[in-house]
Amino acid sequence: MNGPTPSAPRPVPPPRPARAVAEVRALVEALPDPELPMIGLGDLGVIRSVAPAADGVLEVEITPTYLGCPALPAIVSAIRDALAASGHPEGRVRQVLSPPWTTDRVTAAGREKLAAHGIAPPVPAPANGPVPVAPIAVPCPHCGSRATRPHSPFGPSRCQSVLRCTACHELFPHLSAL
Amino acid sequence: MTTSTDPAPTAGTARVDARLAVHLLRLGDDALVLGQRLCQWITRAPTIEEDMALSNIALDLIGHARTLFTLSGRVDGTGRSEDEFAFTRSDREFTNALLTELPGGDFAVTVARQLAYTHYAALYYEALAGSADARPAAFGERAAREVAFHRMHADNWTLRLGLGTPESSRRMQRGLERVWPYTAELFDEDEVVRHLAAAGTVPSPAPLRPAWERRVSEVVTRAGLTVPTPSQQLRGGRAGLHTEEFGPLIAEMQSVHRRFPGGRW
Repeated sequence: MNGPTPSAPRPVPPPRPARAVAEVRALVEALPDPELPMIGLGDLGVIRSVAPAADGVLEVEITPTYLGCPALPAIVSAIRDALAASGHPEGRVRQVLSPPWTTDRVTAAGREKLAAHGIAPPVPAPANGPVPVAPIAVPCPHCGSRATRPHSPFGPSRCQSVLRCTACHELFPHLSAL
Repeated sequence: MTTSTDPAPTAGTARVDARLAVHLLRLGDDALVLGQRLCQWITRAPTIEEDMALSNIALDLIGHARTLFTLSGRVDGTGRSEDEFAFTRSDREFTNALLTELPGGDFAVTVARQLAYTHYAALYYEALAGSADARPAAFGERAAREVAFHRMHADNWTLRLGLGTPESSRRMQRGLERVWPYTAELFDEDEVVRHLAAAGTVPSPAPLRPAWERRVSEVVTRAGLTVPTPSQQLRGGRAGLHTEEFGPLIAEMQSVHRRFPGGRW
């Protein structure tokens, strides 16, 4: 369960001019998600805020998708690198669990990119409580048919399930509504 | 493992609350031990989809344990890491409910164990989301959504096996009977929980039991099966007294750490 911890200290980069907060935010939001590289962390809805904390240190607040998401350490380390590269080597990453991440946080642009890569974007997230037995029909990202049915609730990554289209017979992943 | 986040910069959160730390550790132990048990199905599940399902559920549970352990270490003021909780405690120091450590056995036993645990965890985490303490509340809110997914999986398999063939139905019934003597412990209330519940910090699991029985009975009945009425209820996990099968499970989980103490990659 060890996270990737470098055994040797990182080489000290030459000091860089600190970029403005809005620029850093754009940079961080554009970082690709390790498991869904077609959409950035911003489009995934993982970045909550980029702002100086009370002690003046630039802080990036993130909302983890799943608590056990194996991509999380890579995401945190990519953000730290981006902070250092933009002149904020002391910058921090902080996890915020509440309100929880849901697939409703995926932006419209993110949904388009997912669909363009054959991943059906998430249908509206269920309210807290029992998961509905008959989920909302997920349109096939290949032919658009709504005649699709669940194949496996667990897919290529923790956040995806697999469906089958009964019109074009393709199997396709779906970003599971959560 | 190193935590993947930096601590919150506010120093006021260092308030020591030994009871809350104990309780968070119990919840974390439940999640870690059950997650470890589910990992034992990897490459052995009945179908490749099921291999994915059980390993994904295990991943979620281990994620819950990581969050709970880190929080417990912060709340008790020691700053102990998730690794220290998972890898440096002896079997007697684990406080998971016995249900979570039962061997997977027949696949139907695993399904029955998942049915019992996920319905309990869903109810408990939903209640935890209403905690007066923002830290466990945030975890409960998040974890409840994930566990709802696990519960759906357990419900579906209970129905599939119960309504499948006479053989699958017989084995599912046997699975329920195997795990049911271990379910009451999930709802036990002791001094720690009573104190925390009175302060509104965490809910007591005891009042959730009727709802759990109702929800589980509904699924079991729909699957054409009978809710067992065990002649005895076994306890001990919360006090560190475990089943015979627990030692090997923990030994396997801690083997890499024991061989390479402090090792990192």
